[in-house]
Amino acid sequence: MAFASSPDRPPTGISSVKLVVAGGFGVGKTTLVGAVSEIPPVNTEAWMTQASKTVDPGSAADGKTTTTVAMDFGRVTLARDLILYLFGTPGQPRFWPMWDDLCRGASGAVVLVDTRRLDASFPAVNYFENDSGVPFVIAVNLFDGVQTHPLDQVRDALGIADSVPLVTCDARDRKSSVRTLLTILTNTMDKAPPGSAP
Amino acid sequence: MSANPWVRPYVLTGGRTRTRHHLYVHTLVSASWFDPATADRLSPEARRLYERASTGPQSVAEMSAHCGVSLGVTRVLLEDLAAADRVQINEDVYVSPYDRRLLKRVIDGLRELA
Repeated sequence: MAFASSPDRPPTGISSVKLVVAGGFGVGKTTLVGAVSEIPPVNTEAWMTQASKTVDPGSAADGKTTTTVAMDFGRVTLARDLILYLFGTPGQPRFWPMWDDLCRGASGAVVLVDTRRLDASFPAVNYFENDSGVPFVIAVNLFDGVQTHPLDQVRDALGIADSVPLVTCDARDRKSSVRTLLTILTNTMDKAPPGSAP
Repeated sequence: MSANPWVRPYVLTGGRTRTRHHLYVHTLVSASWFDPATADRLSPEARRLYERASTGPQSVAEMSAHCGVSLGVTRVLLEDLAAADRVQINEDVYVSPYDRRLLKRVIDGLRELA
């Protein structure tokens, strides 16, 4: 669009970076996003239902058009020209096509794990191991501030390779959550071939 | 990009479900100025997005959520607005998300918060 680059219409010059916060239902994704975000996490539940309500109210029997997607995201302005977005994945497996959309262009991901309900995060681990090229780490959310299982046991139970970083975090705590995000980014720096796109 | 499987946005988008560019959920959109006459000619949904864009750069996801327009429809309408030079789509996001200089800046920024 040549006409878009006229002098009185400068491009914004702002970069946006996206990280994905994944995991099963109730593992603390929204909590982590909220702990770091400068805005209250925006719930996008209406996204997929609104159009069908507005456009096609008679489609209630068709699950595809009436699906409600609960997905939170937050925003952190890191510099005048740099914005970090955090997107929590919809927890339910039937929203996986939405995961592909969220992960496209992401700089990294974390799978949050609750050791009391390890199986809740199996699908997310499987997704990032097999179906996504986005570099990911695993973070055990310490709900009561107590680590109930040694990390190597968690690693064995999840069946993840040694090359996948595994850390603990307290999703309620801003600094702890920020450290988790730093782990994601450091991992991407280590793993991703420079200049490659997902 | 295949059509969004959830949304049937026939009316709002004039039957289109695809966009020329793939707008990521975190792609930044802005309108450098707001023209009320232009806004008056837009559909209510496009008008809300145009007004919102004029408040400053923000992501496609934010536009969708704050304007109450579904993500698929938001993408199509934003592309229309961009084609008419009403909004600007920030192409910076199409630089690799693994760009080391970019990642380093994010890390430095986050360290100040940690």
